[in-house]
Amino acid sequence: MNLAYTPEQQAFRAEARAWLEANVPSGPLPSFDLTAEGFEAHRDWERKLNQGRWGMVTWPEELGGRGLDYIRWLIFEEEYYRAGAPTRVNQNGIFLLGPTMMEYGTPEQKARFLPRMAAGDDVWAQAWSEPGAGSDLAGVRSTCTRANSEEWGDHYVLNGQKIWSSRAVFADWAFGLFREPGSERHKGMSLVLFPLDAPGVTRRPIERMDGEMVFAEIFLDNVRVPVADRLGDEGQGWAVCMATAGFERGLLLRSPARYQVGVSKLIALYQAHKDTLPASMAERVAQCWMDADAYALAIYAMVSKLDKGGKIGPESSTNKIFWSELDIAITSAAMDILGERGELMPGASEAGDVGTWLADMIFALAGPIYAGSNEIQRNIIAERMLGLPRA
Amino acid sequence: MEFAFTDDQLAINDAAREMLVETCTTASMRAMLKGGRAIDEDRWRTICEMGLLGLLAPEAAGGMGMGLTDFIGIAEAAGYVGLPEPLVELAGITVPLLGTLADNRGLLDSAMGGNAIALGHPANRLVANADSAVALLLGDGDDLHLVERVDVQLERQESFDPFRRLYAVHWSPSAATLVGKGWGDTAERGALLAAAQMIGLAQRCIDISVAYAKDRSQFGKPIGSYQAVKHLIATAQVKIEFARPVVHAAAAELRLGSLAARARVAHAKIAAGAAADCAARAAVQVHGAMGMTWEVDVHFFLKRITALNQAWGTPHQHRNTVIERVMALPTGPDTTFASTLG
Repeated sequence: MNLAYTPEQQAFRAEARAWLEANVPSGPLPSFDLTAEGFEAHRDWERKLNQGRWGMVTWPEELGGRGLDYIRWLIFEEEYYRAGAPTRVNQNGIFLLGPTMMEYGTPEQKARFLPRMAAGDDVWAQAWSEPGAGSDLAGVRSTCTRANSEEWGDHYVLNGQKIWSSRAVFADWAFGLFREPGSERHKGMSLVLFPLDAPGVTRRPIERMDGEMVFAEIFLDNVRVPVADRLGDEGQGWAVCMATAGFERGLLLRSPARYQVGVSKLIALYQAHKDTLPASMAERVAQCWMDADAYALAIYAMVSKLDKGGKIGPESSTNKIFWSELDIAITSAAMDILGERGELMPGASEAGDVGTWLADMIFALAGPIYAGSNEIQRNIIAERMLGLPRA
Repeated sequence: MEFAFTDDQLAINDAAREMLVETCTTASMRAMLKGGRAIDEDRWRTICEMGLLGLLAPEAAGGMGMGLTDFIGIAEAAGYVGLPEPLVELAGITVPLLGTLADNRGLLDSAMGGNAIALGHPANRLVANADSAVALLLGDGDDLHLVERVDVQLERQESFDPFRRLYAVHWSPSAATLVGKGWGDTAERGALLAAAQMIGLAQRCIDISVAYAKDRSQFGKPIGSYQAVKHLIATAQVKIEFARPVVHAAAAELRLGSLAARARVAHAKIAAGAAADCAARAAVQVHGAMGMTWEVDVHFFLKRITALNQAWGTPHQHRNTVIERVMALPTGPDTTFASTLG
């Protein structure tokens, strides 16, 4: 056990910090969930990251990465959040589909999709949930019917409806979960990649409570895709999805640095107003600091295990519960510090230093829902980690 | 940067844990209570023979010269079994402290050989296990005194935890008993090792609750198949998962002695205590009315958690240390480790 960074790790941090300081846009980019312009501005940022080989530092060099270990990935993430760099518009691609494709993809798929994903040329959306299949994901009804024709060769015909697809309004591709007609539950499912502008695809934006179009419904009406665009074996879609969900919950989706930066902002907010606040507020702020650091320490322990060849198990479900509850604790503490100004939109003349806390608090409410609801995570912990009987 | 135990550390921990789990059953604890015994002689001999008491003693003094990261897993295991014997305090706190004294009056050797030295640190009003000790290491202001058992008067203060034999100690310091000045990092070691024991105790509460929830049926099904019960237990397990790495980091950083390191120890104590408290309450709830009884084992672990949560600094005191650190030192993702703050 050695809890000091090596000189090489420190040099890497300095290199990342210098590049980010020189390249991170000075002001926030326009939202990627409101306009095509905002989306493209984020795509440009992805391109810039990729040109600097900072897109995914753990990926192999031939895919635009640096082949680094997870400790250095964490250091990069720390610097990324510290620099206030833009939210990764392609996180569904680089953090979820990318690692899954490295594990399950054919060499042709990797060569075709991963460099474009790393470069931001293809921005990806996830198409798993359906109106009738949320927490019970094995209830998906959208189908992939295998067919053969002269025009399309060996292909799938996709039909059905997907929902809650983040970024799908403006994204280029989606990875969807479909089933063979007539199959049930976990059997007969396949993960199929499809372009979001393919004939037969209709996207309908869903307006979030703040007016942003953060997710979309996707309607599929006889959408034809080559069989070569299936990821993993036919009928093995459930296993592939669970691997993706492992990455999502376990490690890549939410960097500890995100919350540590949030807590630093909370501490600054507290210090600016502490003369008017009760002593109990210092305890809440300190609790947030402890929890953000505890999450960071848990992730350092996890990546130390991964770098030694270990695997992420069902304990990854504990991560998802912890960071989502932490996010709520941080943002609600900030709202309590802001007091009656908390409800004001940033443009209001009396808003003062409300910043983005309200938006952050609203977004935090979704944390216990997306990436598998916390209720489902608790079932997973109880059943797979602790061995309690299934219902 | 490698936040993982070495294979050697894991091997030592596993051996100690295996021995403790095998010998320190709740049946053996019940037999000890019935016989009025504070120490199980066979187990204590095994602990001595395995060399656990000298792990943290200097090599020059015949110890293994190891550090807290080598010992932290053993403290966790001692908590897991609710160990009655003073292994953690003696090996983890007293022996290293004796090792720093210019003249320990032969008591370091004696302690490594299994003779307990009780510790009267100012963080704790009362002295634990003083009756079975051959001598006491006591504080008078900043002065440390080594006092023979026969030279103090002990007044038993009954604890809810029958294995915490607490005493008010009446004694007079003298030039003859004075052995040194200053407690060094004893308060931090005490807090850290209490935290480690609470991690083990919390996990034990979970494990016995899981076993009971699989076994006990209501409405025709094991109660552990119901989500209300699952979520209660899972919530406590989440708290453990995010307290344990804090304890391990604090074990590695304690020797730095800086405010950042002391705050991590305080954090460890708070987080482990909160996790243990949550797990103990869940254990009582899962066991239902049986959880309130003497017959079911929950109480052994709940009692120790109740005591350790307030020993070696209360959560409130530790929270003040954390607040001091948060307000005085830089925070943020590049400050996770105390080594980055000089």
